[in-house]
Amino acid sequence: MKSTLTAQRYIPRMLAILFVTLLTALTMATFSVSSAQADEVGTEYDFTLSGNVKFNGEALDGVAVAVDGNGYQADTVTDAEGKWSIGVPEKGTYEVTLDEETLPKGVVVAKGGNVIDAEFGLTDRRSVNFFLGEGTRNTVSFFDQFVNRFVNGLNFGLLLALAAIGVSLIFGTTGLSNFAHAELITFGALMTLVFSVQLGLPIWLAILIAIVLSGALGYSLDAVLWKPLRRKGVAVIPLMIVSIGLSLALRYLYQYFFGGSTSQLPGAGMADLKFGAISLSPIDLASMGISIVVLLAVAYFLLRTRIGKATRAVSDNPSLASASGIDVDNVIRIVWVVGAALAGLSGVLWAYFRPGVSWDMGFQMLLLVFAAVTLGGLGTAFGALVGSLIVGLFVELSTLWLPSDMKVVGALVILILVLLFRPQGILGRKERIG
Amino acid sequence: MSANAGPLDPAAPLEPPVPTNKPVKTTGLHVGEAEPGCAKVDPILIVDNVRRTFGGLTAVDVAHVEVPRGAITALIGPNGAGKTTLFNLLTGFDKPDDGKWTFDGRSLAGVPAYRVARMGQIRTFQLTKALGLLTVMDNMLLGAKGQTGENIFRALMPFLWRNQEEENRAKALDLLTRFKLDTKKDDYAASLSGGQRKLLEMARALMSDPTLVMLDEPMAGVNPALTQSLLDHILNLKSQGMTVLFVEHDMHMVRHIADWVIVMAEGKVVAEGDPHEVMKNPAVIDAYLGQHHDEDIGEDLGTETEHVSAIKELLDDER
Amino acid sequence: MDWGAIFNNAAVELISPTTAAYALAALGLAVHFGYTGLLNFGQAGFMALGAYGYAISILTFGFPVWGAFLVGVGASVLFALILGIPTLRLRADYLAIVTIAAAEIVRLLFTTNTFASVTGSANGLSGYKNEFAALNPLADGTYGFGPFTNNAYDTWLRIVAWSIVIVAALLIWQIMRSPWGRVIKGIREDEDAVRALGKNVYAYKMQSLILGGVLGTIAGMIFALPRAVVPSNYQTTLTFFIYAILLLGGAATVLGPIIGSMLFWVLLSFFSGFVARAVEAGWLPFMSAIQGGQLRFILVGVAIMLIVIFRPQGIFGNKKELAFVR
Repeated sequence: MKSTLTAQRYIPRMLAILFVTLLTALTMATFSVSSAQADEVGTEYDFTLSGNVKFNGEALDGVAVAVDGNGYQADTVTDAEGKWSIGVPEKGTYEVTLDEETLPKGVVVAKGGNVIDAEFGLTDRRSVNFFLGEGTRNTVSFFDQFVNRFVNGLNFGLLLALAAIGVSLIFGTTGLSNFAHAELITFGALMTLVFSVQLGLPIWLAILIAIVLSGALGYSLDAVLWKPLRRKGVAVIPLMIVSIGLSLALRYLYQYFFGGSTSQLPGAGMADLKFGAISLSPIDLASMGISIVVLLAVAYFLLRTRIGKATRAVSDNPSLASASGIDVDNVIRIVWVVGAALAGLSGVLWAYFRPGVSWDMGFQMLLLVFAAVTLGGLGTAFGALVGSLIVGLFVELSTLWLPSDMKVVGALVILILVLLFRPQGILGRKERIG
Repeated sequence: MSANAGPLDPAAPLEPPVPTNKPVKTTGLHVGEAEPGCAKVDPILIVDNVRRTFGGLTAVDVAHVEVPRGAITALIGPNGAGKTTLFNLLTGFDKPDDGKWTFDGRSLAGVPAYRVARMGQIRTFQLTKALGLLTVMDNMLLGAKGQTGENIFRALMPFLWRNQEEENRAKALDLLTRFKLDTKKDDYAASLSGGQRKLLEMARALMSDPTLVMLDEPMAGVNPALTQSLLDHILNLKSQGMTVLFVEHDMHMVRHIADWVIVMAEGKVVAEGDPHEVMKNPAVIDAYLGQHHDEDIGEDLGTETEHVSAIKELLDDER
Repeated sequence: MDWGAIFNNAAVELISPTTAAYALAALGLAVHFGYTGLLNFGQAGFMALGAYGYAISILTFGFPVWGAFLVGVGASVLFALILGIPTLRLRADYLAIVTIAAAEIVRLLFTTNTFASVTGSANGLSGYKNEFAALNPLADGTYGFGPFTNNAYDTWLRIVAWSIVIVAALLIWQIMRSPWGRVIKGIREDEDAVRALGKNVYAYKMQSLILGGVLGTIAGMIFALPRAVVPSNYQTTLTFFIYAILLLGGAATVLGPIIGSMLFWVLLSFFSGFVARAVEAGWLPFMSAIQGGQLRFILVGVAIMLIVIFRPQGIFGNKKELAFVR
């Protein structure tokens, strides 16, 4: 936080450094990824993922296996010989998931988890096998599951809040529903990937650099794009459509440089620790800790500092704030820097939570961010926090009852229901008409 | 939208607007003492216990008030007295916490705004709402009631509504001529001046032959050159048998054209009466001066000077 | 470099069924956004309902073509009502968020394994074309000339698709000149003013939402006929592309969405053809073929920004009639 705020004083130099580092990073990424790509082909898929699901030498049929990656999703079930195969459009990395619910009673995936990231080698086929064992899965009580999902949901809600507060502050101060926030989220994760995995820096330093770069990106977006448009007097809805255009352009720019594959940040697959019923990885713990500390810092910033108070004043009533001597442009600039830096951090944590870094990861989360902001009440920072926690908890807890590929549906349905009964959001105020 | 484009420069020498013809005042409107909430001989609008709060703030709390039929009634009061909020409540644009009111004997509580308008109670807005990217003629045609072609299915069969459209067009042209806007009929409304938009809004409201016209600050932001014709038009409404209720800050205008004045302060009706009598009422002077005294110095200089000048006008005129 | 092939492929797009589908979807969006000022970001959801409504009716229930068509239309009317009831009374941006969310819900429901037996989950559906092909009055053989040469089925599909587009365009043109259209445009300008004139604004907005949504649904059916129905086709990005087309042509025009769609697809095809061959020929050594394919989406994004900033009325829009809600 502090580093991003002081950074903006050395703007021109910072910008130059930013763009040089960006270019280097992007070029490096191109070379390192291009080898994993193949020609784009039509609907006839030349590449196949396949496997054999057996337990103690006995074939298991009817076990559901799903493939997800490179913008492609498919699923199948094993046949009588326990075999499955799925054709995919590209050589790349795919997330292969075995649905444990469909295994016979007492059998679970014993080692390596039920999700495997499979990457094609030289051939057009890749076999993916899961290690099954005698299971204790069914013995997990509902309460334990609930507690586990609850903690997971809390973790997700907290990282969602980091992004949502930025969206909310930007909406509050400028009236813009920023669709390109998704790309700010992705940016943080991508930069962390570049500096840690590709440039070999320690992860904490890479994350710090990524956050600073995110803040700088927010600053430059405001300076180059949004501020001139505000000056021009462009209305809110055209601005929103500009942000959609920016979102598309940035997203495919990421794909252009990083390709369609999913990469892991260092330490992503760390083993879980057990705390009674709760199993969490050290990364999860760190993620929650960081989120809470940063959110407290943001709260302090908004409630106690002069700039923070000014931000809330502008959010409340821009023309009144401007009349009372607040430099609205400066406040908006700070909001962009802080919002983008928070989004970048959120992206890093999201990369560990999913897990994986990919070009459209931010966009996958954007709708939940919007849902959180709307639930809490558009334009209220603390509403965004409350909304995020609700969405995060709801998404994770709903998997207790809903199939996991529908968990987002529940959160979005709740969004629509809340708008039906409390349109101003949970913490929003009713607006005065006339 | 530059709805308030008309100059309202306090430094410019402001000629008091005077109607061209000496207005004929309607008298004998009330029954008994002229006090807040007094009964009228023939009320068109009766308001009972209407209350509206925003958070902890009570914006409107009117115990009882009646608006006389066939007269021009002014609703005045200092800033924040709740005049516009009351307007919004009476026209269905806002919902009160509780209370009821009737128009022409029919209860309006809970009736949506568009139904209120269809019953013949038409309003205009403080910030003009001319539909900028529609032509002046389209603006006018939108005001007409009971159009067959406004049904989505009949809209596809022009022979069903062509005749009615022609009639409406003729009527609109007639009104535009009266409001001296006929030469602009094919221009976008956005190209009109602030005052012309006010005229257009009033003309548009007349397309539906209303019984009660509610004007929210018809003079605000209007070029002094146009105030003259606006005043004449308001007086014309009365001579055509319509009832007018308007909110206004300009005391000269109130004095010259209003038959009855209702004074609001802090959400309540504090005085009522004939325009000349009511200005002498201590409650009215209190309402204006009281706010002046209570207000935090330096918080809102603009409105303060406005109140001071308003009260000076009041006192000067009475001498 | 084979310029002939590049131009030929681009010309094919001019009257392809996909272009027709996008034109029709954009026309629906013009009704919502350009004329009424409704921010519908769920046009992809309406299209998905059309495609799935049609395909499921034929595959699962064995409906005839007209029955499947009606099911799709009915589903979209229902969808519009569900979206409209909570949001049409609220501020414009709430509709944007709810429609985008609802379209995603629709897509996720079609993707989930839970209903795989009916929806085919992520693999989608195919094999529903025979019923439509059976209605083809054309004899087998090839029709047309030059780049527009097609077999009987494809010609039939093009005739039907563009006939629908033309009929829809005439219908919208007529209805927007009527008193109904006047109310709709008034609502775009200031709904409170229109309300004060005694019009039931809520009902009009709902009618507009349904009308534009049904056009989107029919577009979804046309979109499905030359290919399979796959849920990943109906992502939010689809809605954004339709917005790009609408903005390109002009939001409050009837011709704009149609010409916009033709321009969009011809330019896109020309561009990707050119880049692909330029990469092949080694003119762009820093770029792989896949990157060439992604470059066009970057350009679509940039184009959206530039149009909104520098020519908000689109190509056919009236300079004065900047068709944006304020």
